[in-house]
Amino acid sequence: MSFAYALACRECGREYGLEPIFSCDFCFGPLEVAYDYDLIKDAMTLDSIESGPPTIWRYAPLLPVDSQYKVDIGTGYTPLIRADRLAKAVGIDTLWIKNDTVNPTWSFKDRVVSMAIGKAREFNFEAMACASTGNLANSIAAHSAAAGMDCFVFIPDDLESGKVVGSGVYDPTLVTINGSYDDVNRVCTELSYQRPWAFVNINVRPYYAEGSKTLAFETAEQLGWRAPDRVVAPMASGSLFTKIWKGFQELEKIGLIQNPKTKMSGAQAQGCSPIATAYEAGSMNFVPQKPDTIARSLAIGNPADGYYALKTMEETGGGAAMASDAEILEAIQLLAETEGIFAETAGGVTIACLKKLVEQGAINKNEETVAYITGAGLKTIEAVSSEIRTPIHIQPKVEEFDAALEAYN
Amino acid sequence: MASKQVRLTFDGDEVKRPLIYEMGHEFGIVTNIRMADVDKDTGWVVLEVIGETEEIVRCLDWVRSHGVRVDDATLGDVVEG
Repeated sequence: MSFAYALACRECGREYGLEPIFSCDFCFGPLEVAYDYDLIKDAMTLDSIESGPPTIWRYAPLLPVDSQYKVDIGTGYTPLIRADRLAKAVGIDTLWIKNDTVNPTWSFKDRVVSMAIGKAREFNFEAMACASTGNLANSIAAHSAAAGMDCFVFIPDDLESGKVVGSGVYDPTLVTINGSYDDVNRVCTELSYQRPWAFVNINVRPYYAEGSKTLAFETAEQLGWRAPDRVVAPMASGSLFTKIWKGFQELEKIGLIQNPKTKMSGAQAQGCSPIATAYEAGSMNFVPQKPDTIARSLAIGNPADGYYALKTMEETGGGAAMASDAEILEAIQLLAETEGIFAETAGGVTIACLKKLVEQGAINKNEETVAYITGAGLKTIEAVSSEIRTPIHIQPKVEEFDAALEAYN
Repeated sequence: MASKQVRLTFDGDEVKRPLIYEMGHEFGIVTNIRMADVDKDTGWVVLEVIGETEEIVRCLDWVRSHGVRVDDATLGDVVEG
């Protein structure tokens, strides 16, 4: 069962019932799910977790969805991999990769959509909907199919083919929009006010966002119930980044870890870096940007949780960095060549920024660091296809292979 | 009468200009500041704008024409990765 008891305003603290609402009537601040941690302490023990399913649902008491409404397609409990070869390459002693490329639709979005669809079922919405540059679209289409719900997915009309097919295969109503990024935002915002649908990052957003906490729960459990010294995670809206920190704090509140001192570092692409730019300017006010980057999954020019991401950096002593498109591509290669993990462009951003932060001295070499790789590379093969070495092409003769191999190396 | 909640983001010289005063002075609308954070270079204001719908639209277009970004107050980008 869920121990969520209210939605609370992150600004003024006013509480509301657990309804499909997302902002405070009084100050317009965003709403966040509040839980009764005293009750959770009794309900959620190491034994109960360890005997739970190998999915995000092993942490059900700290999630907002009641079990009768959940849609479980096997999300979560993804590997935490000791990355010694990459650690050596970037210059730190201990590095772990949280490999979220192996979720059912190959990105961390399955975590958040699991929450959104559970609440949508509880609230009796007719259909699921979202506006997405790909990963969210894939995940909501898959979850809606599994739940037998109608699904409406709005995507820009120039999306990578892997992401279009990755949604279309689940047979949602897929709408490609011919227009600028701002046009897509505007149309979808207007639709969200007109249609009786659960727009996952609008009217069920407070619940949806909670799914990202499971990244912290899993990390702590996989490290033997402790938090790392440092986290490096990608930032788009900033929600995932802030929720990882909330996850560690919640584990402390219920006594499963002690005094987490994790420094939270955020990674953005240079072509869409409102949060990292504000951090570098020493400001808590980010200026919205028009995205222009190959890291489409992080291309959020006006991040809803940007301010809270900056607050999380300030609170934890963390920081931010940004990576150019060339650095992103290099980092995708580096991760693949050292650890055998093929990440999408967001993963390239994370690893490029990790490398940069170490080089700048912002991360000390002895800090135990976890880097979050949130989506799989097969979704964005266009970005890297020109970077890989041309294959050896031969006629079916051994002597041709010998000659070609010598030339290749 | 209609009401709209917007977030205005100021950058550069527009921070110094009394735009909210001018909105109320030049258009038939009432402005009500609900939250704000402004420093010497940048700033944002969450504003409730009350008036006839057409006048609100005209007013916000005028604000945009001065280089101020206007967004829905309660949402960031709704497009996600």
